[in-house]
Order: sequence, then C-alpha cells, then structure tokens
Amino acid sequence: MSALDVATIKRDFPILKREVNGRRLVYLDSASSAQKPLVVLDAMDDAYRNHYANIHRGVYTIAEEATAAFEDARRKVARFINAPRTDEIVFTRNATESINLVAYSWARANLHAGDAIVLSHMEHHANVVPWQILAAERGVELRWIPMTPDFRLDLTNLDALLDGARLLAISAMSNVLGTINDIRPLADAAHAHGALVLVDACQFVPHVATDVQQWDADFIAFSSHKILGPTGIGALWARLELLEAMPPFLGGGEMIRDVRLDGFTTNDVPWKFEAGTPAIVEAVGFGAAIDYISALGMDAVRAHELLVTRYALDSLRDRFGDSLTIYGPTDVDRRGGAVSFLFDGIHAHDISQVLDEDAVCVRAGHHCAKPLMRQLGVPATTRASFYVYNDEADVDALMEALAKAQKFFAV
Amino acid sequence: MAGLEDLYREIILDHYRSPRNRGELPVPPAHKVEGFNPLCGDEVVLYLDVDPETDTVHDVKIAGQGCSISQASTSMMSAAVKGKPLSEVRQLIRAFKALMSIHESKLEGDGDDGSDLAAELAGVRLGDLEALQGVVKFPVRIKCATLAWNTLQQALDETAQTQA
Repeated sequence: MSALDVATIKRDFPILKREVNGRRLVYLDSASSAQKPLVVLDAMDDAYRNHYANIHRGVYTIAEEATAAFEDARRKVARFINAPRTDEIVFTRNATESINLVAYSWARANLHAGDAIVLSHMEHHANVVPWQILAAERGVELRWIPMTPDFRLDLTNLDALLDGARLLAISAMSNVLGTINDIRPLADAAHAHGALVLVDACQFVPHVATDVQQWDADFIAFSSHKILGPTGIGALWARLELLEAMPPFLGGGEMIRDVRLDGFTTNDVPWKFEAGTPAIVEAVGFGAAIDYISALGMDAVRAHELLVTRYALDSLRDRFGDSLTIYGPTDVDRRGGAVSFLFDGIHAHDISQVLDEDAVCVRAGHHCAKPLMRQLGVPATTRASFYVYNDEADVDALMEALAKAQKFFAV
Repeated sequence: MAGLEDLYREIILDHYRSPRNRGELPVPPAHKVEGFNPLCGDEVVLYLDVDPETDTVHDVKIAGQGCSISQASTSMMSAAVKGKPLSEVRQLIRAFKALMSIHESKLEGDGDDGSDLAAELAGVRLGDLEALQGVVKFPVRIKCATLAWNTLQQALDETAQTQA
C-alpha cells in the first residue's frame, strides 16, 4: 500500500493524459525535469491574467499584489527547507546559477592561489565546471572524493582531502546513481578543517524532506523545475552573514540601494543578488509547486518513492538478471529514485529509442556527469527516475518495453 | 509515424553486430583523429592511412564506442572509403551529408540553392549507406549517423594540411 494515492495524483498532471504513439505516456525522467500539476499552471496563469506587474517598484494595486506574491513564494521556499530566515533565499535561474553565484561572488572574494576545493567523483557538471573555471583563473586546487565499488563516497582519506581546503562542494543525491550522501557528517568534517560547505541539493530537495539547519551547511543550491515547478527559477540558500559579506554577482537594477556617477551601494540581502526583473510569475509557480508537494507530505513522498524504487530494482533484477547492470546502491533506504542501468551489448540510446515507441520516457546518455561516467567505465547509461505520479504500473510498462528492446537487439 | 524498422534496417544492425575494419593503424604513417558526440558520449577513433603517391585511402581502421547508429555508420563509412581516391571520398562525404539533409552550402548561408550539389551528387553511389536514410525521421539521431563522417572530414583536412 503506497503512502500516496497515485491514481488521483496522475489526474492532477494534464500532460499525463496525453498519448504518444497511441500509448499512455509513461514519464520516467523526473530527475531531469518534473512534470507540472494543474495547480502550478493555474497559479501562473492567474498571476499573468490578474496580478501581473513588475515588482518592488509600482505603488499601484496590482504591482503590490505581484510583489506580495513574489515575496510569499520566497517564504514558501524558505519554509520548505527549514531555513532560519526568509531573506536567506536568493532566487536564481536554476541550481546551476546558484552554484555559479557562489563561485563568482564568495569564491572569487575569498579564495586565492594554493587554496583547495574538495568535490566528489559523482558530481553533476553544474558542480564541477564552475570550480574548474575558478581553478584555471585563480590557481585554486581541486581535490576529489573517490567512490567505493558500491557507488558511495569513499571517505577513507577525507581528512587528508579536507586539510587546507576552503570549500567542500558536494551533491546530496547523485543524479546518475541515486546515491544519497549523508551531509551532516561531511559538513562537520569540513567545518572542523575550516572549510565551508556547499550542497548541490537539486536531486534531493524534490524527494526528501530537507532541513538546512540539520545539515549545518553554508550554501544550498536547488531548482524549481525538478519540484513540479516551472523552469527559469531556482534558489540559493546561504547563511545570512555569508550573503551579507559577499560582493554582488550580477549588477543592475534591483540589486542597488543607490547609484551615483562615481559608484553604487548595494541593496539588502537577498535582493543584492537579484539584479534585473526576476522570474516573477515563475516564483509564483515555484510557490504553488511547493504548496502542492507539501500537501502530499514529504514523508509520504519519500515513502512512496522507496516503494516504487524497490519495485523497480527488484523487477530489473528478476526479469533481466545478469544481462543488465545497475549503476547505483542496491540498498533503497540510502538512495533516491534515479535508477541507471545498462544492458550487455546494447547502447543506452538504442534502448531509449525503442522505449519511446511505447511512450516510455527515460534518459539516455552521460547525464551531465562525464567524470562519473569515466569512473564507471561506460559512455552512457539508461536512467529511469520516479516521482509522485509514478506507480508500479509505470515500472511494469518500463519492463515490457525493455524486454522488447532486448529482443530487438538480440545478437 | 516513423517506425523502428525505418531506423534500424537489417543492414544497420548487421554492421553494428559485426563492425568492419575494427582496429588500429601505426601512427605515422596513418593519421589518427578522435570524434565525440558531446550529447551522448559516443566516440569514434579513426585511423586513416592515405597513400600520398596515388592520393587514395590505403587503409582505414576504426575504434571507439557508441550506439548502433553511430557504430553502423562508422563501419559502413570505413568499408565505403577503403581504397578510394580522396576526390571520391570527399564526394561521398558530401553525398552522405546531403542524405542526412545537411547541405553544407545551405548551412553556410551562401545562397546556393543546392542544384549544383544535386547535379554533382547525382552520380555518387551510396550503396549500403542509403539504409541510413531512415535516421532523418529521428532528428536527434542524425548526429549519431554523421559523427563518423565529420571525423573523416577532419582527418582529410588534417592530412591535407600535413602534406601542404
């Protein structure tokens, strides 16, 4: 018995009513981007139709309504991750921009040649490339936490890696392996070495109740579109004193208090980091998405995903045995609902092409984690990922389509 | 709706399962070029040995990994160019890209209506390669099919530079 009423939830998502190739859409790519419930679409439509104006400027009624809706969304985001203060939430375009904001603002103000940043082998490119750019520019050293054979962080040499480090930038949940990294002990270890902690929580926040205070991290990046919200908006949470000390990222309107010919003074946090007209209506949609998933209850969301993920792992093993390799932990309690796998001798692209004929949507490729794929020694995997609108029937549809693909490419 | 059989013709699956000209060649005299599809991680390693006396492809070998379309296209390409004069190889590249609806002249926006290209290519025999035509119905897979050919083009350009 699932913790969620998936049949009812499916009806909340208009796109799940459509067919592809005459088949019911089976959407198994939520780790890439989640579908949107009607309440999110309606909230955004209502914002455009009835309450739209630029924010923080006009004194007229609809401008005040738009401003209130935008700032209300910030409160929802803050509460959702148990942030101590609403003004610690900076709206960005996405998690990638959140990480870049830290790299361009905090890191460039604080890191110098010879300083070290610790990353891991399972990071998404979003938490690799900004630091590589910085390393090339500033002579900062990048160090890597390796991976164990069972797809977890190998923390054997963590203290040596953190020695002299200024930042640990780490994923809370791998988008390829599904591995959940236990943030609190990592944060404690990093802090003991005087390093700050940035968490790429893009995959974690949509699926598991998140408490930034329990994590004791310093920066947390995530996006709206993976939490059933619109694209074009994400969030950076950071401790207030850090945000206050950081120089601005982008310059322009909104982020200033005063501008003279000979310079400017910055606005208060968080607006200091929100130059230009922001994604106003997307913020409203982000807030509506958080309302929707909060009403389901994050504990129920997690319990449901454990159920579906366990069913998927068992089904893959029972049905395909040794002809299929799963890349990720088998222990479902310490993993998320992204399941990467590879058939012997069949390329991930070919698998997903055959699956598309049955309207089964999975991701094939390197999942923007090429360093990890090199560690795994594979060019690409197929990844099925689950969310609140997926159930056992979706997993069964995946198995049927995979069996068809295996038959099609049989040697 | 384009069906799977449009994409995965039997001859394509045959080249995928039994790729021709797999291996490596000593560099030099061969020229080695690596081609990547950054979207999917497919990789083609091409060893091209051109005989400078006759300006023909003396030998070609292929390494790398990828999906059935990229690997079959690579295998077919190697079989099609082996022993051929470079002028024919260049023509074959243009003809294959035309088959994939990638007209270089159009991409470069020089106003060419393609009729010259069509006339030039009318005499080019693609043979087995025509089996890859179905890929056009699956736009995201076109890059898989053209990877080997872009890599070959790069190898020819680099070989020409070396000789010049």
